[in-house]
Amino acid sequence: MYKYDEYDHAMVAARVAEFSDQVKRRLAGEITEDQFKPLRLMNGLYLQLHAYMLRVAVPYGTLDSRQMRMLAHIARKYDRDYGHFTTRQNIQYNWIKLEDAPAILQDLASVEMHAIQTSGNCIRNISSDQWAGAAADEITDPRPWAELLRQWSSFHPEFSYLPRKFKIAVIAADEDRAAMRLHDIGIQIVEKDGIHGAAFYVGGGMGRTPMIAPLIKDFVPLEDMLSYAEACLRVYNRYGRRDNIYKARIKILIHELGADEYRRQVEEEFAHVKSLGIDPPKAEFNRIAAQFAPPPLDASAPDAIDRSDPDFAVWVDQNVAAHKVPGHAIVNISLKPVGGIPGDASSAQIDLMADLAETYSHDELRVTHAQNIVLPHVRKADLYTIWQKLDEAGLATPNLDLISDIIACPGLDYCSLANARSIPVAQKIAARFSDLGRQKELGELKLKISGCINACGHHHAGHIGILGVDRKGTENYQLLLGGSGAEDVSLGTITGPGFDEDGIVDAIERVTDKYLATRAEGERFVDTFRRVGMAPFKEAIYG
Amino acid sequence: MKLLTGNDLKTGFVTWWTGTDWSLHIEDAADVGEAGEAILAAEEGARRVNAPYIIAGEQTPEGPRPAHIKDRIRALGPTVRPDLTLKPADPTAGDWVI
Repeated sequence: MYKYDEYDHAMVAARVAEFSDQVKRRLAGEITEDQFKPLRLMNGLYLQLHAYMLRVAVPYGTLDSRQMRMLAHIARKYDRDYGHFTTRQNIQYNWIKLEDAPAILQDLASVEMHAIQTSGNCIRNISSDQWAGAAADEITDPRPWAELLRQWSSFHPEFSYLPRKFKIAVIAADEDRAAMRLHDIGIQIVEKDGIHGAAFYVGGGMGRTPMIAPLIKDFVPLEDMLSYAEACLRVYNRYGRRDNIYKARIKILIHELGADEYRRQVEEEFAHVKSLGIDPPKAEFNRIAAQFAPPPLDASAPDAIDRSDPDFAVWVDQNVAAHKVPGHAIVNISLKPVGGIPGDASSAQIDLMADLAETYSHDELRVTHAQNIVLPHVRKADLYTIWQKLDEAGLATPNLDLISDIIACPGLDYCSLANARSIPVAQKIAARFSDLGRQKELGELKLKISGCINACGHHHAGHIGILGVDRKGTENYQLLLGGSGAEDVSLGTITGPGFDEDGIVDAIERVTDKYLATRAEGERFVDTFRRVGMAPFKEAIYG
Repeated sequence: MKLLTGNDLKTGFVTWWTGTDWSLHIEDAADVGEAGEAILAAEEGARRVNAPYIIAGEQTPEGPRPAHIKDRIRALGPTVRPDLTLKPADPTAGDWVI
């Protein structure tokens, strides 16, 4: 894991001191809310429905047990004993007091964390594959490159006031576990002739105008990666629309310019940027990369798992993934119990996960964009003990990637932008499909719910997506089918007229019944949808 | 009726104009009539409220009720966490929102 150097410490400490002073001035009435709002947003502090909300960055979703315990401490001391893990691998606290914000940021800084650039029109938290460094299918650990991008983008003087927010994801496997092509820039580390390079996909995103990022450059030598990213941003910063917030994202610019023209301009800019020498010396990159060295895992550790406890076996089959080192596994902790709130965890649960990471996973945890937690480096021999502890804490729901593993934004229960509640819909769907046998019969089915068009719940990328809208003052839910945020990326299509809260649950049941009646051997829901199209599902839904 | 609402500067909690002061409880809210903008400007200037705005509401036997669901949720708390609402002991409180 990356450890702050003196520059990181100094930057974060300076920002904490600066923001503490700004809060003091705001409370003293020396600055107005209009003056203060952009300053607090730069530090991840929003004003939401019920209170201030603080969004804390978890760089590329990686953190250690000390940091995780600090997240629990903040929940316990300053909030209401829980936190909400988000679809960008961050955590949010919903009940923060303005007067506590400086102390919270100080506490975060003490464990090398912060809330900088978790809001505003800047480069946000760099996201990545939650199985990085552990996945059997990756060609390298993408996190050193994500960390390099984090350092480059933090307080970048040119990119602190972009036309709109900017999100970057980095992966290094063919299986896309980070929704890479639905980011402003998606970088995939690829191999060509035995050399690693970066494929740049630029101009993806969800929101009101969802787009899949086109490939802009198939192979950028890794030593040029920052320069190429800088060129991509510069063209956007120069020509991105600042006159219309709805057309300000880079996806709109690339759509209007065309990928070929955007690429031409980037290449032209890249030729100039490359002469500026912003890419780090090899030694500096090696310094960063060394901090992501694989943990010392014993490849001779026992590979067999005692599956005599049937409940444990079910959990292993659903929530445990293959690790690149024999005798080890990746544990996926579902934060989606039936009746629960997707992504929420109590301080006690957060502490427990920290303890498990410290004892059993080489002190590492990951936050996933699907609002779950990962223990990336676990000995198979320890799985049963871990499962028992998770089960006692209500964290052993065996539903990874099943219909009840729902991504849901906070929706109208918390968010000032939302038009409809997301969480009650997620809870009703999870309850309707609570029978695990039924869920497993349906197989991989990614259901994603957003409470407004901003799409924080990734509804466009759901095999089944739900979008909450305001229809004449009442909540209404549109249904989308056929989306995917994975390597088979696609955007969902709206089925037709929307439903009320109970109606949308019934509609989903009709959709899944149709799938079961229609699927061919081995087909997932989304495969069947792609084969047969919308018509039979529409018929099943609306008659 | 028209209601004036905002958030407490220090805590961020939702507050309602009572006619003389601010309250966390919608039951205390007063109809501001056409005086909302003037009260809003004075109170925001005095830092007694943050981000205030005027909403439509109706008077009911139970007290003022905001016209829009968003403000009803603001008035009560998250419907999915009754324990965190202003009426944690009332299991039917969420019905008021819908």
